[in-house]
Amino acid sequence: MSGARHWRNQRISAVALVPLGAWFVYALLAQRDLEHASVVAWLADPWQAGLMLLFGWCALWHSAQGIQVVVDDYVPGRLRGRVRMASRLLHGALALILALAIGAIAMGGGS
Amino acid sequence: MAVGRRGPFWQNSLAMDLREIPASRPLSPHLQVYRLAFTTVLSGLHRITGLLLTATIAVLVAWLAAAACGPEPYAAIGSVLASWPVRILLAGTLAVFWYHLFNGIRHLVWDAGFGFDLRTARASGALVVLFAALSFGATLALTPAWRWLVDGP
Repeated sequence: MSGARHWRNQRISAVALVPLGAWFVYALLAQRDLEHASVVAWLADPWQAGLMLLFGWCALWHSAQGIQVVVDDYVPGRLRGRVRMASRLLHGALALILALAIGAIAMGGGS
Repeated sequence: MAVGRRGPFWQNSLAMDLREIPASRPLSPHLQVYRLAFTTVLSGLHRITGLLLTATIAVLVAWLAAAACGPEPYAAIGSVLASWPVRILLAGTLAVFWYHLFNGIRHLVWDAGFGFDLRTARASGALVVLFAALSFGATLALTPAWRWLVDGP
């Protein structure tokens, strides 16, 4: 990916995360309790599940972009490409697990 | 520039060895040469807090995956998350979150081309710290989070 595109995408995810991140922290902390049944009921609401997925994906996207910048700054030579790839795979795996988890809870599979 | 003997990357993040450059050429001083300024600390904190938030997202994914797997796995991860060292860590993460969010907005303003002179950069940095502290206090005090932090679940 070109540097300009990476830069632009990092700003897009950053702007999206301002409201999404604030929503996430508020929604999580405002829960009366975090019992299993309460969390499942919270994310059974399709809007809440959708927002959670959107927040999680944006956060993982932004995280991958940030980690890449850090890797490019500090990891030298041949190692750089491998660490970059490892980070991307890890972020991709987390995004997939997140979608499966939220999907399972929203379909009532978590109860 | 041809690279001679390279030290480990934490000693030399440049793609060249500074000792090989003729002395007449202007050198870029190492980080240690500068006196640590307020704005420098904030800049470093943005990166460190970003790395911490990456770890937090992984915890969030694990937590939701456990919830999806059922009450027993959820209770297992819950007992780890509610142990007092992790509770303190998570409270710290909340402060880290607010700092990164507000300093991120500061970065976006810079990206739009505003606020580069030193006075403004210092003032906006102080504002970021103030907003982060206020938001941290508010989210702890005005939500059930404080009770959870002190008493556990």
